[in-house]
Order: sequence, then C-alpha cells, then structure tokens
Amino acid sequence: MQAEALNFVGHASDRGMTGNLSGNAGLRLVFPAGEKQVRRALSTAAGAFAGMGLSDDAKGLAEIVLAEVLNNVVEHAYAAQRPGLIEIDAWLEGAYLWMKIQDDGVPMPDGVVPKRRDQDVTGAVETLPEGGFGWSIIHELSHDLTYERDGLRNTVTFSLDLEELEATP
Amino acid sequence: MELTTLDQQDTRIVTVMETRIDAAVAIQFKDRMRDLVTGAPGRVVLDLSHVKFIDSSGLGAVVASMKQAGSPARFELAGLTRNVAKVFALTRMDRVFTIHPSVAAIWSDVADAG
Repeated sequence: MQAEALNFVGHASDRGMTGNLSGNAGLRLVFPAGEKQVRRALSTAAGAFAGMGLSDDAKGLAEIVLAEVLNNVVEHAYAAQRPGLIEIDAWLEGAYLWMKIQDDGVPMPDGVVPKRRDQDVTGAVETLPEGGFGWSIIHELSHDLTYERDGLRNTVTFSLDLEELEATP
Repeated sequence: MELTTLDQQDTRIVTVMETRIDAAVAIQFKDRMRDLVTGAPGRVVLDLSHVKFIDSSGLGAVVASMKQAGSPARFELAGLTRNVAKVFALTRMDRVFTIHPSVAAIWSDVADAG
C-alpha cells in the first residue's frame, strides 16, 4: 500500500534542456518496485522513446527488453524486500538507445547476468519451457550488456542498435 | 483480466479483451485459461488481436495453457499483432504454435487444410 502512495518521480523528460549527450531528450524515472508500477513506467518509457524519434517497431522491442530487465528486478532483486526503488535512465547516442537500470535489491546470482539459455522448442509438449524467456529476449536484442554491483546497488546497462531493431522480423 | 469465449462447433474461441499480458496479470490469465481450456469442446483458439504487448511471463502463461490443452493441435493462436508476433519469433515459440492471421481465418484455414 505504501508503494502505491509514492508518487512517480520523473518525467519524459526535460525537452527544453541542452547539454544532453545526444542533444535529444533523455528519460529518467524513479519508482517503487512492483508489477503495476513497472507497467506504468513502461508506458512512460514508451512515450519517451517515441519522443526520441523511435519507430513503432523499435519502440516495441525497446519496451520488451526494458520490461524483462524490470521484471527481473521485481521478481528477484526485490523478491523479499519490497518496496524498493528502481531507477531508469535512457538516452540516445547516435543510432543507439542506451539504458541503465538500477536497484538496491539482492545481487544477481554469482554476480553476473544470467546467460542466454537456448530453449528447446522441439521436444514433447510437456517439456516446453514456461519460463526463462526473459534473458533470452534481453540477450537477443541488446548489445554491451553489463552488470555491476557497487555496495548495495545493482546496475544493468545495455545498448540497443536502432537500425538492427528495425530489421528484426 | 477480461476474457470472452465463444463456442462454435468443436472450437472454443477465447478472446483476450486486454491490451497487455504481462507480469501483473500472467498468473490470473493462466488461472482463467485453465478453467476455459478444461471445459472446451475440442480445440481452443486464443484470439490475441487486442493484445499489443506480451512479456516473458505472459508468454509462459500462454505456453502453460497449451500444455493444459494437451497438444498444439488442441490449442491454437489467432490475430497476433506486430509486437506480439515479434516476441513469439524471438523466443521461437512461433514454431510451436499454429498461428492463424485472424479469428475469421480459422474457418478458411480449416477448409484449406481439407
């Protein structure tokens, strides 16, 4: 309930400001971890991506990658200690959209980003995976994926090649 | 999570009347689908034409529903929007499901197959 009462801090963004790396508007959002709040943050982020000039296709894929990173924070980093805060920064650098997601939850297992698991989709129906798709999607679409643990803070950073997103079938 | 159903002959069409199947509703969706799949006359076709966004939790819930139905022949999909189709392709789940362009195409697809 407390989480619901907290206001969203952030906006999609200081469009009038100069001095941003790309000269384009960036995005900064701070919000309490929770599924409903993630949904709302994604809606704000998608609007900001459109404002940065992303096409509908690129915007849709950027939203799904961000969604998977945020879901991971809610489901794992903050699994036992809600409500914590999540911070998103997103900015354009040339033809790349960069994103940084930070939280103060528990660290990733073994201190690294979970590896891509190529799912076996050829087996019997009952062996089909019902999970593990999230990191597959993140690895498939992102570049320069890094994870850092600094004190109590987790930071995941990655870039998205906008031309590549356009070409993703 | 609003789902509507329509039984026609041996087919139950379940239409998702929401724009998102995400982590906030995945468990609810899976539970509702379990009941709808269990009571279905034959095959179930999940109409996703209103859904603009699906994440890995939603995708997992769709796969779980198909498993509940028992086989891909008894659980098909229709009306995937552009973004949703991309998520199925990225995770190779497009190879697992029979995917109809629309609910209307279900009947013509059957005729073609015959």
